[in-house]
Amino acid sequence: MSLEAVLIVAGGLFGIGLYGALSQQSFVMLMMGLELMVNAAILALAGLWAASAGGNPQGSMLAVVFMTVMAVEMAMGFALITNVYRIRKADITEKLKRLKR
Amino acid sequence: MSASWVVDVLFWLLAAGSLVTGWLVFRTDSMVRAAFWLLASFVGVGAMVIMLGAEFIGIVLILMMAGEMLIMAIIMVMFMMNPAGLNPMFMVHQHRASIVAGTTAFLGLAIVAVLTSFPDRPVASGVDATEQLGFELLGGSMLAFQTAGVALLSTMIGAVVLANRQGRYGSADEGSIEPDLDPEPSAEDPGSGTVSDAAGGRS
Repeated sequence: MSLEAVLIVAGGLFGIGLYGALSQQSFVMLMMGLELMVNAAILALAGLWAASAGGNPQGSMLAVVFMTVMAVEMAMGFALITNVYRIRKADITEKLKRLKR
Repeated sequence: MSASWVVDVLFWLLAAGSLVTGWLVFRTDSMVRAAFWLLASFVGVGAMVIMLGAEFIGIVLILMMAGEMLIMAIIMVMFMMNPAGLNPMFMVHQHRASIVAGTTAFLGLAIVAVLTSFPDRPVASGVDATEQLGFELLGGSMLAFQTAGVALLSTMIGAVVLANRQGRYGSADEGSIEPDLDPEPSAEDPGSGTVSDAAGGRS
């Protein structure tokens, strides 16, 4: 289990997440892509923390911040989905071509 | 070093599992199943993080994602068409560009990972990472930790405000329309009456 292997796996997860975030029409699937990208960042961070930062606890702290970002993104995303569905009956991105009606 | 190859095999199994399940998220017909595939991918990543020595972060990641993905599955059932995957689903746009972007990102990151010479400072044996993180959270990084807490609190408030049925400018079901800021509205425009009343009260 070398650092390069961990980083390559993280890169693969990031690539899949980027593909999902760019290609999916459904809001929730788009958010899943974003989550995969943050997940890849956490994996890369853990690999660098373990192999080349000497286990500095500030690296773990950064991972906690990443997880906060994940939770914030998820909560605000769901709230926006609820709001947009209620007002526009929209569940895919194509229905939101204009910001104002 | 007989345990070394076991660790390697386990790591590659987890890596392949999380990559494949991550890919299946965008390939399954059912959106609920997509949420659970994503959970499986997160569990794989959490296990890899635990193998790297950050037990606390890995466990918290798995616990948090288990809750989040269940909420995601509920959202799918509530709002999305075809949550059970009874019909084929392939809802994509700019598909080719997305594949190119994802592949390019992966190749770029892989090249950086292979070519960069990272400093070789592994975790010293016998270090309790969880204990160190605890002292860091309530010591040197307390401000950042508390800021994350405040950010989560404001997110909760913001999410409630956004998802609230009665918005600031009327019912969300009808589509909230902001009243104009004309200080002297005409008589046949009752919509902006409250604004002018408030302005009159101040002056």
